[in-house]
Amino acid sequence: MDSARVVLDEADIARAIRRIAHEIVEKAKGPEALLLLGIPTRGVFLAQRIADAITAIEGVQVPCGALDITLYRDDLRLRTVRALESTSIPTSGVDGLTIVLVDDVLFSGRTIRAALDALNDLGRPAAVRLAVLVDRGHRELPIRPDYVGKNLPTSLVENVRVLLAEVDGADSVEINGGGS
Amino acid sequence: MQHLLSAADLSHDEAVLILDTAAQLAEVTDRSVKKLPTLRGRTVVNLFFEDSTRTRISFEVAAKRLSADVINFAAKGSSVSKGESLKDTALTLEAMGADAVIIRHGASGAPHRLAASSWTGCSVINAGDGTHEHPTQALLDAYTLRRHLAGGSGDLSGLSVAIVGDILHSRVARSNVLLLKTLGASVTVVAPPTLLPYGIDSWPCSVSYDIESVLPRVDAVMMLRVQAERMQAAFFPSALEYSRLYGLDIDRFNLLPSHAIVLHPGPMNRGMEISADVADENRSVMVEQVANGVSVRMAVLYLLLGGMAEVEQ
Amino acid sequence: MSSQVLRNVRPYGEEAADIVIEDGLIVAISQPGSGVGDVVFECAELIALPGFVDLHTHLREPGREDAETILTGAQSAALGGFTCVHAMANTSPVADTAGVVEQVWRRGKETGLVNVRPVGAVTVGLDGTQLAELGAMAHSAANVRVFSDDGKCVHDPLLMRRALEYVKAFDGVVAQHAQDPRLTIDAQMNEGLLSGQLGLAGWPAVAEESIIARDVLLADHVGSRLHVCHLSTAGSVDVIRWAKARGINVTAEVAPHHLLLTEELVASYDPIYKVNPPLRRIEDVVALREAVADGTIDIIATDHAPHPHEDKDCEWAAAAMGMLGLETAFSIALLTLVEPGMLTWRELADRMSIAPAKIGRVLDQGRDLKVGEPANITVVNPRLRTVVEPANMASKSRNTPYAGMDLPGQVTHVFYAGKCTVRDGVLA
Repeated sequence: MDSARVVLDEADIARAIRRIAHEIVEKAKGPEALLLLGIPTRGVFLAQRIADAITAIEGVQVPCGALDITLYRDDLRLRTVRALESTSIPTSGVDGLTIVLVDDVLFSGRTIRAALDALNDLGRPAAVRLAVLVDRGHRELPIRPDYVGKNLPTSLVENVRVLLAEVDGADSVEINGGGS
Repeated sequence: MQHLLSAADLSHDEAVLILDTAAQLAEVTDRSVKKLPTLRGRTVVNLFFEDSTRTRISFEVAAKRLSADVINFAAKGSSVSKGESLKDTALTLEAMGADAVIIRHGASGAPHRLAASSWTGCSVINAGDGTHEHPTQALLDAYTLRRHLAGGSGDLSGLSVAIVGDILHSRVARSNVLLLKTLGASVTVVAPPTLLPYGIDSWPCSVSYDIESVLPRVDAVMMLRVQAERMQAAFFPSALEYSRLYGLDIDRFNLLPSHAIVLHPGPMNRGMEISADVADENRSVMVEQVANGVSVRMAVLYLLLGGMAEVEQ
Repeated sequence: MSSQVLRNVRPYGEEAADIVIEDGLIVAISQPGSGVGDVVFECAELIALPGFVDLHTHLREPGREDAETILTGAQSAALGGFTCVHAMANTSPVADTAGVVEQVWRRGKETGLVNVRPVGAVTVGLDGTQLAELGAMAHSAANVRVFSDDGKCVHDPLLMRRALEYVKAFDGVVAQHAQDPRLTIDAQMNEGLLSGQLGLAGWPAVAEESIIARDVLLADHVGSRLHVCHLSTAGSVDVIRWAKARGINVTAEVAPHHLLLTEELVASYDPIYKVNPPLRRIEDVVALREAVADGTIDIIATDHAPHPHEDKDCEWAAAAMGMLGLETAFSIALLTLVEPGMLTWRELADRMSIAPAKIGRVLDQGRDLKVGEPANITVVNPRLRTVVEPANMASKSRNTPYAGMDLPGQVTHVFYAGKCTVRDGVLA
């Protein structure tokens, strides 16, 4: 088995999150009417970190939630049944808000497609943006991110893993597989 | 899981997974768009050999919220006297491309037969078979108990539940005793000796003939429907005597601890096993049981049909 | 008729000998290799027993020829080593008149494979209300001696008493299906822990035992002989043992499936295991085996009950009760009684041939293997094992609970009144 290659370390990740937070605030022309929705599992923690970073920059709390997209996946029948993750949306709903979807890795785009479908059933946001820590390419749908921590060209046989302290004990982004 | 035939088939972790999944799905019920695309293209058949509008509608709503196509097949009149009909019906449904069959049947074990036979390759969900089991009812009861008494997560360990009524003929009681045991609750069944199955001593529950001694120490009491026709078969002398000895009236209700809740699988015989004022108490959770039934059945359908079929693996 | 020699065969598993058959009789039993005849059967290591007699067979004809006919039943019987079967009365029409029993008897005779002895119904239409014409059936060409409402219990104590008394006139016997109908309403399986778990209405042991207790007391009181069909519980064994100790003229039978199978099989809800009386607990199986060994139970009777596929290919409650028995009875007896050392070959011959012939008053069957006796002989190979394949059975039905089981023993040759009906395990 190939050993993992670290492409982002803890400091890189922190920097990327800070930058994304700045860009979000800048593009939204302020932190009002924003809602960060993380896609479980790691997207939820990234969304929280971005929200914290925005608080550090602007001194205001940005609402943050989770959006489980399992029930909207298009590949359910290709795998054994998956356990559901939790979804948490402010009780006031999503109508009129600018939603920033947050995920760890952007790959085929199918997860984001599912997230858009899920959002559609929740209400009518003013706009939906996408923030990802890593964009590894190989899109299968016409979807592109608005905020990217790092563009990471990969081959299809490679595997990108985002590790976060909240779940994995430490922060890093690794690539493995693909041979030499 | 390919089928859900008996509460006994569920491990502790599987049972908790169903309840957790139901809890996630329950949130969908609270929003304006209640439909999920999850089971689009899947066909679910409600195959009911016995009338049960409540259970059928509950499954139907659950399946439709997950975007499955639902076929209601009321095989009323196709009683056990014409046993061939189960097989022929199954073959017909198989030919129509059903992915799951939800079966209610008057004969104990009919869902097992369907699942084990070569008649169909569908997932089979037992929606009540004879005097045997009704596992989704037990799951919705466990879900309701968990919400009220266990903080809405994990299992039911440490809880004490009484099941009162016609245990002998009750599929709800059988499934509940098994599932509550799996989830760590302790169960006491309360009934006249004639309405307890032979060998009840070996069941994973304790037995009492005295409802008043049991009520003060339980967290929940589940009242079962007692059918008047049992009286004709000499299971008890009269409806009045049954009600007097085993019914839940307001005085007995007041023996319950203040946190305890009352469940009933429905339909209730008000004035027989439960008095009208108890049925309308706010600690009587029958209406909530109905809503929870949809969530639990959505969870079961999702977990059975939401992935690759086991045979394809 | 030409003569046949069973060369080097071991009667009752004892010293090898040559048995010579001529004109339907055993004409010589001599040193191995010394017998002379036109047809020679090499029987080294094979065991000769008197042809088996079944006191309890359902041949379904007339009425349910889709399940079995007298011919297919007779073929099945011959392959199972039987030279005589008693055809139960619950046909359609019921065998409750001289006309029906004579028809069954004649059709049996035409098969030339076994002696088919009709059993007469005790009550008209098995209804349990009015005695059938027992005398007419006894004095008919069918010469009926065994009377039974099998499938139903003669429940009315007065009617049972009258039947017991009445058949004394022609040395008949009432074979009771002991099942209290009120205690077994809708009964589906043995009543016990498992029936409660499976939600199937229970068939309690006491429903059998209470009827047997009543009947042995009745038989004692009126001085009649009583036969009890298919004992299935340890309690029934106790009652019979007590009755015999008291000198009551009672005989009892057990079906092969009750010597092997237990109620746990019902948990599959596969109706192949649905039978009446139901499969019981292992304690009952053990008690029944011991009772056969000590003679409390006199005979093994198959309760061969063919049912067409559709009557078993359905849910449990809708399925018919009963199992095939003729073609596997010997193997089950070998497995459960002879191999464990509970029965000798002579004792097995008694339980499967001599005693049932006596109870049924079949004079030319169940005879010792001796010179001058009718040549009803079954030759078995106890060492050959066979995997039960329902499709290979001669019975018209396939409802054997032993499908796929590897059972010991094979019926190799059968001679009915000197005629070879089975040779090398197939119909001759």
